[in-house]
Amino acid sequence: MTVRGAISNPWGRPRLLRLVTLAYIVWSMVPVLIAVQFSFNAGRSRSTWQGFSLRWYLTDAASVARDESLTLALAQSIRLAVLTMLIATPIGVAMAIGLARWRGPGARPAGFLMLVPLVTPEIVMGVALFLVFANLYDFVRFGTPAQLLGHVTFSISFVVIIVRGRLFAIGRDYEEAAMDLGASPREAIRRVLLPLLSPAIMASFAIVFAISIDDFVISQFLAGGADSITIPVRLYAGARLAPPPSLNALASILLLATLCSVSAAGLVLRRYSNRERDGRGALDSLTRLDV
Amino acid sequence: MPSNLQSAETQAVGLHRWVWPALAAPGLTWLLLLFIVPFYAVLAVAMGDLDPIFLKPVPEWNPLRWDVSAFGDVLSDLFGGQLGTIALRTLAYVVSACAVCVVVGYPVAYFVARKVVRHKGLWLLGLLAPFWINYLMRMLAWVNLLGSDGLVNKIITSLGGAPVDWLSGRHSTVILGLAYGYIPFFVLPLYAALDRIDPAVMEAARDLGASPGQAFRRVTLPLSKQGVLAGLVLIMLPMFGDYYTPNLLSGSPRTRMIGNQIDQFINQTSSQGGRGAALTLILMVLVAVFMLYYLFNIARVTEEARE
Repeated sequence: MTVRGAISNPWGRPRLLRLVTLAYIVWSMVPVLIAVQFSFNAGRSRSTWQGFSLRWYLTDAASVARDESLTLALAQSIRLAVLTMLIATPIGVAMAIGLARWRGPGARPAGFLMLVPLVTPEIVMGVALFLVFANLYDFVRFGTPAQLLGHVTFSISFVVIIVRGRLFAIGRDYEEAAMDLGASPREAIRRVLLPLLSPAIMASFAIVFAISIDDFVISQFLAGGADSITIPVRLYAGARLAPPPSLNALASILLLATLCSVSAAGLVLRRYSNRERDGRGALDSLTRLDV
Repeated sequence: MPSNLQSAETQAVGLHRWVWPALAAPGLTWLLLLFIVPFYAVLAVAMGDLDPIFLKPVPEWNPLRWDVSAFGDVLSDLFGGQLGTIALRTLAYVVSACAVCVVVGYPVAYFVARKVVRHKGLWLLGLLAPFWINYLMRMLAWVNLLGSDGLVNKIITSLGGAPVDWLSGRHSTVILGLAYGYIPFFVLPLYAALDRIDPAVMEAARDLGASPGQAFRRVTLPLSKQGVLAGLVLIMLPMFGDYYTPNLLSGSPRTRMIGNQIDQFINQTSSQGGRGAALTLILMVLVAVFMLYYLFNIARVTEEARE
């Protein structure tokens, strides 16, 4: 133990580094935890603790359950995230399989096109989609339809990145064996490849849900009326106006939804990567660390 | 018999050729219609006209009739006008926030990647958690804390100081806000790069007589350069287009960034749509270096994984 300790830790005990790291984690977490705490405040203040209560979630006239602007924001965020997940995941899975196996002259530019949305600043994509819906696709209404198209556009590439990591790991042997044994390509994909990909597909559903419900810029640029305001857009609109703790309650609900879906994705990915003794793949695809 | 086999194989290969692009087609069509065409729309609006009655931008779809006067306006404003000040301020904010991220983020990533022996998963969770807390919520948390009756001012007054107006037009608040918002995205790629370094390399450096400091400077630091660069690119791209952080943490024209100007041109004054589109294109050109760096990196890694 001492030898191992000395090798992995040749500088002696890194007390200072440990302290800096702890301070960083406290700095990054504590403001958020305080914001969550005050969503349960019995009083109206967001800085003086007056006892525990659920009034900002359920009973107060300004609570998430009773203030219509907050309820609508919650509903719109969930609706968009679920629809985006259902549309982007199948398109992205098919695209990942296609791009991973296609060896024609168009394969390289197609792969490149898939990556560009990942590196485009959101404000640029927001302006572009806003202008195209305002001037060219004017049959698409601002609000849910435009927001949905926008969310799917930035989600597809995430699905491709997650699924193709798994595809590269599987290799081509299984589907080729299936076809040697007489399966058509369609059967090989449906009965061999898709079951092997199922953890990555499940993870994609969860990650797309999380990035869609988390999105602010695209949702704001493509919003229509009051019924298309999402939770992040509502937080943005209300943060500076000395809002009651119900805004904190709304933010806490968003936090819970995101953390649940990301943990689900993490668990699924970890289960299969542990089996393959490769923990990094899962972390990389979760955090876009493919560089 | 062998000829039969061969024909079955060519048939399968022929089917392959057809199947794979077909699977990619829906996604590619989607990106063509909702990613490439929208960019053309930005060009068309930037090079278009202004409707004199409705004061709305009219896009010009025909490149032969493109009018670059909106670009001229924006560029002359950029060199010597108010927009120039805003662009320089944006650059100063981004560079300062990035410096904070490197100074704070490097030791943190280094510690968790190289020094933690026990409970590594727990430490990693500490680095990962803020990554998935909504950006706007993290800003809201600071608005709560820094408000005129927020906790920070309560602590200051209880110590006998005068309350500070943190949230109106302070450069330091916006810079720290940007750093706070984006630092998780910097720490993670750096962590991954540091974690990938083989411990044997460090041991070799020490065996060959390097002091711990030398080993760090001449082995670990160069090997982690890629991770630092990747992290910086990842946070600079959204920072250059940020408009919500200065709006939430200051809301004053004194802290206006390029993103605020685009937001105003596009979302608030419809007659300025052409200028907004032109400024968006200029922003894209400015960050194109970072985009391409990141893009080629991912493409290279993909090719390696595919082999």
